[in-house]
Amino acid sequence: MEIRPYGDSLNDSIVQISFTLPIKNDDKATAIATQYCKKMGISNPKIARQESLDPNFTFFVIYGSCKHKIEIDQIKIRAKEYKILSHEEMEKIVKNEIGRKINIVGAAIESDAHTIGLDAILSAKGFAGDHGLESYSFFNAINLGSQVPSEELLKKALSIKADVVGISQIITQKNIHIYNLSKLLELLEEEGIRDRIILICGGPRISNALAKELGYDTGFGPGTTPTMVASYIVNEFLNRKKKKRKFLSDL
Amino acid sequence: MAKLILDKDMVKKARDYANRIASKVQNFIDKNSTTTIERATIRLLGVDGVNKDNVPLPNIVVDSFRDELGSGILYPFVNAMCFYDVNDQKLSEMISQKEIDLKKVPKLEKEKVIPEINKLVKNACLVIKKRKNERYELIEKLGDPSKPWLYVIVATGNIYEDVVQANAAVREGADVIAVIRSTAQSLLDYVPYGITTTGYGGTYATQANFKVMREALDEVADEVGRYIRQVNYCSGLAMPEIAVMGAFERLDMMLNDSLYGIIFRGINTKRTFIDQYFSRMINAAAGVIINTGEDNYLTTADAYKAAHTVIVSQLINEQFAIFSGLKAEQIGLGHAFQINPHLEDSLIYEIAQAQLVRDLFLDYPIKYMPPTVYKTGDIFFSNLLDGMFNFTGILTNQEIQLLGMSTEAIHTPFLQDRFISIKNAKYIFKCAKNLGEQISFNKDSKIVKRANQVLENAVNLLEEINDIGLFKAIEKGIFADIKRDTNSGRGLEGVIKKKDDYFNPFFKELKNV
Repeated sequence: MEIRPYGDSLNDSIVQISFTLPIKNDDKATAIATQYCKKMGISNPKIARQESLDPNFTFFVIYGSCKHKIEIDQIKIRAKEYKILSHEEMEKIVKNEIGRKINIVGAAIESDAHTIGLDAILSAKGFAGDHGLESYSFFNAINLGSQVPSEELLKKALSIKADVVGISQIITQKNIHIYNLSKLLELLEEEGIRDRIILICGGPRISNALAKELGYDTGFGPGTTPTMVASYIVNEFLNRKKKKRKFLSDL
Repeated sequence: MAKLILDKDMVKKARDYANRIASKVQNFIDKNSTTTIERATIRLLGVDGVNKDNVPLPNIVVDSFRDELGSGILYPFVNAMCFYDVNDQKLSEMISQKEIDLKKVPKLEKEKVIPEINKLVKNACLVIKKRKNERYELIEKLGDPSKPWLYVIVATGNIYEDVVQANAAVREGADVIAVIRSTAQSLLDYVPYGITTTGYGGTYATQANFKVMREALDEVADEVGRYIRQVNYCSGLAMPEIAVMGAFERLDMMLNDSLYGIIFRGINTKRTFIDQYFSRMINAAAGVIINTGEDNYLTTADAYKAAHTVIVSQLINEQFAIFSGLKAEQIGLGHAFQINPHLEDSLIYEIAQAQLVRDLFLDYPIKYMPPTVYKTGDIFFSNLLDGMFNFTGILTNQEIQLLGMSTEAIHTPFLQDRFISIKNAKYIFKCAKNLGEQISFNKDSKIVKRANQVLENAVNLLEEINDIGLFKAIEKGIFADIKRDTNSGRGLEGVIKKKDDYFNPFFKELKNV
């Protein structure tokens, strides 16, 4: 079965786009914008608004019917890998099936000075009423803050025998986040401890897919709450324990 | 004119506590200098440039004399200038090339050196005064934009690209342009040099970059017929040096918060307090408006619950500003619109807070910062939220409005994002221009009650801080629940205890510019 955007009626395929062309506002700009939309598959674009941002830039708001359609059955998605648990469920699992506190260390590494996300997940205050991992009685969670060199994070992870290492990366200009995340991963591998750690990364442009591609166990993006991260950690720890995988404290 | 009926005793108590708290810290500040203050001192004379490894000459000079900085760098430096009969820049280059060791230069008679120092200090102050007067002349010629000033940010990493976007924003109606700095800059214990075209999360603050943007803004100001203000950030380990650069390049506004570096960047407490004093003296002399970063208290805390911490920080920042010689029209204390918008009456509480800040600081160019925490990828709702923020701003007579972006939660602003934002603000500031004057607040209203409650909470917190002192309060985590030990943090090694013969006439002369 096919699916198309729904504007006002089924299969009318209406989309709304806006963009800026680096050109002055005149008939030529209109023609260019129209042609550009046609190339995007919008056959009869209606330029609702065309306005100068400045003598050299023109802004467009456009509506039109887009010819593309998707075959619903051809889209496959992966089911969520873990179940979101309540605080009580997590506490029970850790108490009965894990038997000790889970050690967690998190940081915004290298040049990244932003800790909003990191603090939202780790600090006791958490975010919008969902308290951070530092407040969990069955976690030993440490927030190293911002601009932490990878070597320092490694040192701390070893010293507390971290089961979980969490990295926050906000800045992504010039793909600095890819570089930093890869650097840390290599460090862990060189140290020979990669397999003994649950390695997580997060940030506004991080996705699970990207994280996995980089070699991380999982990634968290916008909208992540402390409860989600905690659920993942407890689930993953339990899985590894069942598979008899070792952690740093087993060394 | 104050609109809210605030408890006058509470207001007085609040200021008294803040004054006592800050005075005790000022006593400590007066006994110390730092490496960056000494570097700023020779920058004031005119020293600039880097060696072949890109190490700034002020760093090389000051580092070469590190053990003896207790008496200040100025005297031995000028002594050497006199002895070798070279200017400040030439001397620095010779020190850098190891042709001269400041510690080994023979001492000339005081009567030869002191007048030379006084002359150089006066010249430096004249340069600053000249640039300050330039600003007044340009405002006279072009006209001052009406308030609230529309303040927007550019941050591409490439100063030339920043210029393109700044120009577009000004033509759309922006009055103030800030260039966000590269992420790592606050922790650099030096100031980068030269034009830069790459940077992460922003553009490096260098004197050359300042100059490029200044020229561009002056040119576009001429085109649009109003003076355009340029903003950058002193924050970090080089506050005084960046303040010098700002003074020399006629920047108009600079971020300069006495607490921010400590709480949010882990810079050593002592270092920050000492640095902010000298840097603010330079800002004062240059006619620069300082902005403070109280918005930071509301990004991780609940804005409704933490409202009083904003007031406390503002009052403390105010005292330090006054001590450094900043005039009322230069004290641009900050606050923000960050209450959960989905709470019933959240707008009422925002209005209460904004009016409270306005009334407490009647003569100051308050900087109002936009909602960010509750924005999502829903750019349409985000734009509306900015509308409510702008409405609150014009209603409560705010002066500097840092415009919100509909794409706040997604990326650093595109040209079109800034355009939409400016259009939003221009519409609201015009259609509601005199709304504030039409309205008075009922003394039994939620707004007046809320404002007084926040004020009372602030007084209680100030009392607590006054009891234990500001250093201990910071150690306890009173600000943003973040604990900072007085003797840890970056930059502690740069703190220098002043000896009895510490000599630096800038401490006095800057206040006379």
